[in-house]
Amino acid sequence: MLRLFSVSKEFGGLQVLDSLDLTIPPRGVFGLIGPNGAGKTTVFNLITGLLVPSSGSIEFLGERLNGMPPFAITRRGIARTFQNIRVFKEMTAEENVLVAMGDHPRYGALKELVPGARRRGEKSDGETAGELLARVGLSAKAGQFAGFLSYGEQRRLELARALATRPKLLLLDEPAAGMNSGEKQELMDEISKLDRSGLSILLIEHDMRFVMGICAEIAVLNFGRRIAQGSPMEIRSHPKVIEAYLGDDFSAERHGP
Amino acid sequence: MEWLDNFWAIYSTLALSAGTNVLLALSIYATLACGLLSVANAAFMAIGAYGAALLTVQAGTPLLLALMVGSTGAALVALLIGIPTLRLSGVYLAMATLAFGEVVRILILNAEDVTGGALGLNGIPHLVGFFEVTISVAAALYVFLRLAHSRFGRTITAISQDEIATELMGLNVRAHKLVCFVAGAALAGLAGGLNAHFTSFISPNEYGFERAVEILAMGVIGGTGSPWGAVLGGTLITLLPELLRGLGHYRPLINGIILIVIIIYSPKGLWDGLQTLLRRSHAGA
Amino acid sequence: MLAQQIINGLSLGGVYALFALGFTLLFGVLNVINLAHGAIFMIGAYAGLQAVLTFHFSLLPAVLVAMLAAGIAGLSLDRLILAPLRARRAPHLAPMIATIGVAICLTSLVEGYFGAENLRFPLDTLPASTVSLGDVQLSWLDLKIIFLALLLMAVMLWVIRHSRIGRALRGLAESPKAATLLGVNVEGLFLATSVISSILGGVAGVLIALYTNSVFPNMGQPMLHKGIAVVILGGMGDVRGALIGGFFLGFAEVLSIAYIGSSMRDAVAFGLLFCVLLLRPAGLFGHAPQRRV
Repeated sequence: MLRLFSVSKEFGGLQVLDSLDLTIPPRGVFGLIGPNGAGKTTVFNLITGLLVPSSGSIEFLGERLNGMPPFAITRRGIARTFQNIRVFKEMTAEENVLVAMGDHPRYGALKELVPGARRRGEKSDGETAGELLARVGLSAKAGQFAGFLSYGEQRRLELARALATRPKLLLLDEPAAGMNSGEKQELMDEISKLDRSGLSILLIEHDMRFVMGICAEIAVLNFGRRIAQGSPMEIRSHPKVIEAYLGDDFSAERHGP
Repeated sequence: MEWLDNFWAIYSTLALSAGTNVLLALSIYATLACGLLSVANAAFMAIGAYGAALLTVQAGTPLLLALMVGSTGAALVALLIGIPTLRLSGVYLAMATLAFGEVVRILILNAEDVTGGALGLNGIPHLVGFFEVTISVAAALYVFLRLAHSRFGRTITAISQDEIATELMGLNVRAHKLVCFVAGAALAGLAGGLNAHFTSFISPNEYGFERAVEILAMGVIGGTGSPWGAVLGGTLITLLPELLRGLGHYRPLINGIILIVIIIYSPKGLWDGLQTLLRRSHAGA
Repeated sequence: MLAQQIINGLSLGGVYALFALGFTLLFGVLNVINLAHGAIFMIGAYAGLQAVLTFHFSLLPAVLVAMLAAGIAGLSLDRLILAPLRARRAPHLAPMIATIGVAICLTSLVEGYFGAENLRFPLDTLPASTVSLGDVQLSWLDLKIIFLALLLMAVMLWVIRHSRIGRALRGLAESPKAATLLGVNVEGLFLATSVISSILGGVAGVLIALYTNSVFPNMGQPMLHKGIAVVILGGMGDVRGALIGGFFLGFAEVLSIAYIGSSMRDAVAFGLLFCVLLLRPAGLFGHAPQRRV
């Protein structure tokens, strides 16, 4: 589904990614892990077009993405959430989702000026937005300004917004950050549901239990290179992975409560 | 109805100026709402004014056509500046429009044979009155108000808050910004064309930095929350010199102070500030 | 002839470089486009002129007075306007709009007090003597201007590269958050930058006033436009770029006057700006001004 061929990225002398090869299959939740600074978010930025590879190419469903403007990439079916939440704080939750539906060209801007046509379009948009908000459990907060939502609610809103773009591949950048275990469980259930519904998911996370619990396959990055790839079981005991994390996270997971 | 005639005789220019100022305020609202700062609307006004005036004076073109040509001319120039600049961050547009505003003024000054240079253009036919200005303002307001609550309006608001997130929703941010910038230019051009045809005389000095600041002041007073803010901004700026008789010479200074005070203490504009005050007083009561 | 052109290029270029340096410094450290920089430049010119007219100062003291006046203006700008905006976490357009307001206020006040006419230095106050270099006559004034400009540039470069405050400023420009965490006096550094930036602008003002023997309220505007062109050419926030760009524009203008005629002189800067924006917006030394992720 998504392929990175020997992708490298450097910033003014700093090599952030080094000849990275990655293949994301169409089914199963795929996890991307690694210590801080390993280049994970850079991979997301490259895929979504916010950055251009210094070398190598990125292909989605057989089409080359290099140099394509981000909005075009999103329209081809790749959506993402952000590590530091980027909801539109001064718009309501509903409006946030509506913005994400903005490119479905059911009617052009000129029709907006005609009262009748617009009302119909707005109504069906509103319904779809309502469904999405219900899905993430934010129906009650539809009219609230996004800036006033709690941290967990804002994360869920980001998810609803990403889903509103009708993606084929969903990139989640640390979706569980800042959540308590109850919320994390709900999130895992939601992601499983999305996975079962046919949506491809690529996930960056630091919470090992979360990653192991939900991912079918995991790739581990360190210093811009892939050092391991495999099932959660394989990764858990992979020597290079343990070395990369200096054993801290893993020891806690293996010998933890 | 005699008092109405009297009123009009004295205050017609003021009322008509208020109308064109509202158009100018809307023109800068269009760019500010998108998160862009354009200091070139005075120059676009000049293009619209000179374009339309030269046509009516020298070729006897009917008003509507002349206005359209002037406005389109401004829009085309905006397209020329906007396309290379809008792919960069907003500060580049601000700087480019600042520099560009000056270019237009210099060009008009130097093209003496055509434009009359520093002496200005005289004898422009008095073709614009209450009807033309009102229709223009009403039409512009209608469009803005409808777009404000539409998908387009939402996209624009989103862009002003977070461009990158908006782009990742599959929306062509650059195209939207271009539309706002060009629409603002066209509107400013229209205002210029209308203005030229009731003041009967235009000169390059009217469209310089001081005018650009005045337009910005209107936009800042009005804020970006609602097109009605532009109405407030345009009207207030028109009336201010009348209310502060004697300080007319210090108009630019007052505009400058308005800019500073509002942007620091009520950055969302006076309109929004007033609404907040009203809301608070209701909540208190 | 050529020697005279070189002198002209150096003088004009030196002034442009100083002006651009101040402008780019403020952007690099505070991330603010100070559209009042031209007005402060103008204040420097008027201050220098008044120093000569009223107190009969000679060249160097007049320049010092200009620096003082501009420094005070920069200090006021930071304390009264930029700092409150920082404190309120104002949107990024706000400082630009506010500085536009400042520019018009300053211009308006100066025009109100001194009048709109073009003022000149009295004939006997400017050093009119010349120096012979071979069979060429070079004006002492031009040479002094060049010397002062180059001296200031050297001082600034040394401060930025080798002094503690320079290091702090560079660190601040890189990452304000890191600087705060490291306990650096960020507000103090911002204030210092505003003052230094304004002093550079003010010196450029008085030097240009001496060079062209002309002082008028609106002189800041065209200078600001040129400063913008230089800074974009050199790369936003880049010190080398500002200096190299300034001299480049200076020479380009001098050449255009010599070969095309003086009416097109101001167009050179605009033409340059347009070309840079089209072809290489990052300028000579800047980073590609793409969006921040």
